Amino acid sequence: MILTELTISQIGEGLKKKDFSVQEICQSFLKKIKEKNKEIFAFLKVTEEEVLLKAKKADGLISKNKEVPLLAGVPLAVKDNMQVQGIQCTAGSKILENYIAPYDATVVKRIKEAGGVILGKTNLDEFAMGSSTENSAFGPTRNPHDTSRVPGGSSGGSAAAVAAGFCPYAFGSDTGGSIRLPSSFCGVVGLKPTYGAVSRYGLIAFASSLDQIGPITRSVEDCRIVFNAIKGKDEMDSTSVEYPKSGNQKLEIKNLKIGIPKEYFVKGIDPEVEKAIKSAIKKYEELGAKMIEVSLPHTDYALAAYYIISPSEASANLARYDGIKYGFSKDGKELIDVYLKTRGEGFGAEVRRRIMIGTYALSSGYYEAYYLRAQKVRTQVIRDFEKVFQKVDAIFCPVSPILPFKIGEKIDDPLSMYLVDVYTVSVNLVGLPALSLPVGSVRGLPVGLQIIGKPFEEEKILQIGEAFEKTWKI
Amino acid sequence: MLNKEEVKHIAKLARLGLSEKEIEKYQKELSSILDYIEKLKEVDVSSVEPTSHPLKVENVMRLDEERVKAGSVNPENLAEMAPDKKEGYVKVKQILNQ
Repeated sequence: MILTELTISQIGEGLKKKDFSVQEICQSFLKKIKEKNKEIFAFLKVTEEEVLLKAKKADGLISKNKEVPLLAGVPLAVKDNMQVQGIQCTAGSKILENYIAPYDATVVKRIKEAGGVILGKTNLDEFAMGSSTENSAFGPTRNPHDTSRVPGGSSGGSAAAVAAGFCPYAFGSDTGGSIRLPSSFCGVVGLKPTYGAVSRYGLIAFASSLDQIGPITRSVEDCRIVFNAIKGKDEMDSTSVEYPKSGNQKLEIKNLKIGIPKEYFVKGIDPEVEKAIKSAIKKYEELGAKMIEVSLPHTDYALAAYYIISPSEASANLARYDGIKYGFSKDGKELIDVYLKTRGEGFGAEVRRRIMIGTYALSSGYYEAYYLRAQKVRTQVIRDFEKVFQKVDAIFCPVSPILPFKIGEKIDDPLSMYLVDVYTVSVNLVGLPALSLPVGSVRGLPVGLQIIGKPFEEEKILQIGEAFEKTWKI
Repeated sequence: MLNKEEVKHIAKLARLGLSEKEIEKYQKELSSILDYIEKLKEVDVSSVEPTSHPLKVENVMRLDEERVKAGSVNPENLAEMAPDKKEGYVKVKQILNQ
């Protein structure tokens, strides 16, 4: 048994049966991180001393209690845009390089209460803006399947950490695909929950009407375990909602109607990715699911709307980094000089680019043409999905039109990087849940199937994912 | 295509200090992104309401009382985080010319 390859449920089982201790589990992950993090650079910070202390405590608790909670003693990693009290929280930015989180994010608080042991903080595109994790101020993360390639972004550190055997699961955040894309590129399972299902309190805001936190794991079952531990209303986030109670109905794949959007299989998709996705769709057909061609006519416009709405919200959210209250600061003669120098030097190229796009779209004279129009297109995208969901239970499509690309390949052409998000941004604009499920590979590079569900139907898409996992043992 | 002056104006609104070279770089990049976004104009939105948020909740109210448990966050620690401070206060540069 290789401890660093186990899932959450396998670790839980092993701890219960006393096959190994929390300390042994944590030691083996720490050892693996020590050996390989230099190459992969998934972790920005490993809190080794605290891990060992917490592990010892957890072993004590587990030996005393008969009932061991599912996540007790199971280690995890947290994307470095979520606050863990007393530990650095950089958001991958120079402007927060020295920032120490003064409180726990709600997801962190909930996972600590469930007994989770946090191994450290993972790398990301600065302020979660990017699709490759190359935009981190501290250097790029590498894809464990091929270290010359990107792990996807922005939760590239979290996905690479799970794929490399540094931890059994990690938290990611998803504003336009940031959980699903790296999960697809790294061959792991990622869930972007329904907007409002998980509290955003303590998550460093990027675009508040789109951001959601979710799990990145090795199995669909693990995704469910973590999602159930973090979901639900939180009084500290007024956009979080009471999660509707759902029964434990077992889903029958043969009764399912799945929508295949024709706009997602057009020019621009790598034929080999298309082949892998179509072969996965065929496997579901073998299980009896009925595939129906559907249309999401505003797909192309959704990406353009996203690249107005998300930078607009970001330009407002990032106004707080002024060199006055905390973080990096550059001295200047007058206050305006402090602002200009701090923000000019503290933010990286992509963050500055998006702040400027957002500022432009919101500025007087351009607001109607850009921001307001994008919000109206957002309504049209929502209508597209509402219409389709009257006919189907879920939608299948690729997570990404292309395979993991080479480090450096797209970094100098921002627009080509944005186009990678074409299949993922609509889900955020509408607020839907979506799963990224590894369903195959092309020349050793993983391909993820995206399973999109109706609002608050996480359980359904998880069961759909599980059916594949169980039948084809991925 | 944005001109240089427009880029300078946006950068100033956004409080980003940029060098001449950076302004030129962003002039090209922002223009190509905005060209792409032009396609939004093809969508007929004449009778469509804008969406600002996926949830239909508004005006979530609460009592005006302390929510953070006493002792869980130390206000002195928060003040300590300021790059420039004096006797527990945050120091800010002058904003008016004499």
